[in-house]
Amino acid sequence: MTTETPAEKVEDIEIRLLLEALYSRYHYDFRRYAMASIKRRLRQAREQLGFPTFSAMQESLLHDPAWVPRLLSYLTVQVSEMFRDPSYWLAIREKVVPHLRTYPSLKIWIAGCSGGEELYSFAILFREEGLEDRTLFYATDINQDALRTAEAGIFDLDRLQLFTENHRKSGGRSSLSDYYRAAYGRAVFDRTLRRNVVFSDHSLVTDASFGEMHFISCRNVLIYFDRHLQDGALGLFAGSLARKGFLGLGSKESLRFSSHADEFQDFVREEKIYQRSRP
Amino acid sequence: MTASSTGAVVIGASAGALEALSSILPALPGDFASPVLVVVHVPPDRRSVLSELFAAKCRLAVKEAEDKEPICRGTVYFAPPDYHLLVETDKSIALSSDEAVMFSRPSIDVLFETAAEAYGSELTAIVLTGANSDGSLGLKAVLAAGGTALIQDPEKAFASTMPQAAIEACKTGRVMSLEQIANYLRGAIGAS
Repeated sequence: MTTETPAEKVEDIEIRLLLEALYSRYHYDFRRYAMASIKRRLRQAREQLGFPTFSAMQESLLHDPAWVPRLLSYLTVQVSEMFRDPSYWLAIREKVVPHLRTYPSLKIWIAGCSGGEELYSFAILFREEGLEDRTLFYATDINQDALRTAEAGIFDLDRLQLFTENHRKSGGRSSLSDYYRAAYGRAVFDRTLRRNVVFSDHSLVTDASFGEMHFISCRNVLIYFDRHLQDGALGLFAGSLARKGFLGLGSKESLRFSSHADEFQDFVREEKIYQRSRP
Repeated sequence: MTASSTGAVVIGASAGALEALSSILPALPGDFASPVLVVVHVPPDRRSVLSELFAAKCRLAVKEAEDKEPICRGTVYFAPPDYHLLVETDKSIALSSDEAVMFSRPSIDVLFETAAEAYGSELTAIVLTGANSDGSLGLKAVLAAGGTALIQDPEKAFASTMPQAAIEACKTGRVMSLEQIANYLRGAIGAS
């Protein structure tokens, strides 16, 4: 038996109502996110934004839209890395790219692109593999601040050592330093990497499919959803992929529990890269 | 394996973890009545050998924790490298790639705090050897929720910083040797 103190219960009610308010008023839907993690982030937000309770936060949120981006920055921003999990990128390079070469034009969707680390990884990899000119990248997120960060393509210079190491391990054919210039402690990435990129505000929870993709990469986003939301997002991906299109998930995510599992087959099993199998 | 039991054991360890865990986990019976969730600070590469290594040594089932899986008694779950391990209030596992907490991902505090919320007084939390102070805040949360806190005797630990910090944060934590911890778990929780 678990003992629940009254204080805990009140907080749970407050959090439920806060998320309901955020949805009713602004259409950001976190109501079915995995709660343990959301609670931690909300507590951090409440403390750092200086609210005594979630009820107080809710009142401000309902009456002043300026709080929305501030709260979203706690709820959504992911710190990623360029070429995070180099073996994933190596598998794309060695096993997926040969298939992609057979198409005259390509659409790639980075779903939940956050600050753009993964987007630039794709753009660089596709340039190295000679696919860039035939490719249109869609980089989507629900957090507009994150989209602006991604669009700016500027990263702290002290992160570049890790990015460079990852890029090298991913089978990089060039030096990462070819793609940015250092200025004032920042690495400013080559703007031409963005010339085939569409940045767009899109929710995997509430928005629809927007095209026939050849590769969808959505890593470490679905672990924040509950099973129901995960299933919805995987259905959205299944419906957005071209026949034999590819889906890449995070290293600890899988299709195993999804009702859409039979619409995909393992392509590179250990890297969580799947291929759309049924039309 | 049986469905989720009411209680759980959570363990956090850092420098010297392998040896310390080797004195505890293999000593537990195969039908141990609780699940055991373990965070060890490991480098962020993709593969960890911890679960394979302990699977060979233990009578309990040992595995790397997977997102959304229900937590079962008699099973040891290791946090995967580079992910936080959390417990949902429905007694299932959640993983997250949220920022590192005090330079650690997985973080002991994150496991302990969420487990405290899910299991309340039915939780036993153990801080073992380590050279940082991860786990102290989590252990406080465990005590606040009515759970039990065990701390490895820093004098006998490979690295004393982590258990020492836990003692300072939690005056009511019980300080024990590894053998006493293993005996405590066998006695207080035992077989199902």
